[in-house]
Amino acid sequence: MDGISDMGGMQGFGHVQKLTADPPFAEPWEGKAFVIGALAARISGTNLHAYRHAINRVPPPEYLAGYWNRWTMGAQILMEDSGIITDEQVRARAARLSGQDVPEPPEPEPHKPQMPSGGAGNLRSLDTPPAFAVGDKVRTADLDPVGHTRLPRYVRRRTGTVTAILPSQVFPDTAAHFVGENPQHCYAVEFGSRELWGADAEPFRLIIDLFEPYLEPAK
Amino acid sequence: MTSPTEHLDPALRVEALASLLAERGLIDDATVETFVKTYEQSVGPMNGAKVVAKAWTDPQYRARLLADGTAAIGELGFKGPQGEHMVVLENTPAVHHVVVCTLCSCYPWPVLGLPPSWYKDPAYRSRVVREPRRVLAEFGLELDDSVEIRVYDSSSEVRYMVLPERPAGTENASEDELAAMVTRDAMVGVAKVTAP
Repeated sequence: MDGISDMGGMQGFGHVQKLTADPPFAEPWEGKAFVIGALAARISGTNLHAYRHAINRVPPPEYLAGYWNRWTMGAQILMEDSGIITDEQVRARAARLSGQDVPEPPEPEPHKPQMPSGGAGNLRSLDTPPAFAVGDKVRTADLDPVGHTRLPRYVRRRTGTVTAILPSQVFPDTAAHFVGENPQHCYAVEFGSRELWGADAEPFRLIIDLFEPYLEPAK
Repeated sequence: MTSPTEHLDPALRVEALASLLAERGLIDDATVETFVKTYEQSVGPMNGAKVVAKAWTDPQYRARLLADGTAAIGELGFKGPQGEHMVVLENTPAVHHVVVCTLCSCYPWPVLGLPPSWYKDPAYRSRVVREPRRVLAEFGLELDDSVEIRVYDSSSEVRYMVLPERPAGTENASEDELAAMVTRDAMVGVAKVTAP
């Protein structure tokens, strides 16, 4: 989806933050938020890709209201989708925790997705050889993604060069929607900054991991 | 689905979710404590710093690290979630690597722990793939125009870690002393390591 999470190249966010040696959790609730997110895929019977897609579906104002906010809301969306919890329950419980005497809505009926897994983690071996070799010129797809994808907007319809063949992996675009792990070859693809941002771009190289279905041979 | 209009305080949302899940045995205080302690005490940039210091002092380890990051990092006992396949990028006087995840905040947890605020911030995620030299300068790292910048956007399950340059004047430092100099920021590529 073309959402707020796909922010590579967006303008208007201002200066980068100062480099500080913060602890992982500034406040105790952040630690608890981390654990809720870390367990969300297991609790909802889903997977990491579905969780990332849920975070991407957090409404933009909420997405921008802090990392642990989007992390927690993504976890909630994932659990709502599997019928583990409802937003009404969360709001009622929040109200009760704040001292209001409101009724608690009923628990939903769970409906976890059923998708066979090829094992732990996301690396998978493939019988078919990779379509591209190191040094090949490739062109990225012009997607109109209705669902999850790991092809960011800023590298679509661009020509680059394969610099490494990476381990083949579960395909996020299908796994996030429980239609199958559908493992794919994956490549490190390098783009010149002028290919991405035009003639006045700072000179640099951008390297990004891209799955085979995102790529075609460059003409 | 959650209404976009009624913002709930995130700390309160977390408490509400945690209490609902705890009632059904889906989360408990002991699990929360174990996770939090792990990432506060055992899994953090001190792990990556050991990898770097070893690579600086042991040329054979350095070669293994650059050839197969996952295995060489695993030799020191660092593995786990968000470190399934590790690639180590070596900074040199001529080439400077910097790592980002523009789509979320993917980060090599086993060696660096959880990402810092600036790494998760929209300003870093949006800008470092468009104007990296300016972003690095804003962080305080001015690179000579002759230095080639390579920005890595970690969009798959591969995780990248930067092997920074060893600072001058540290020839006599021990591995432990070197590890103490290595910072998280240098292993992402937004700073250099400096000798004390």
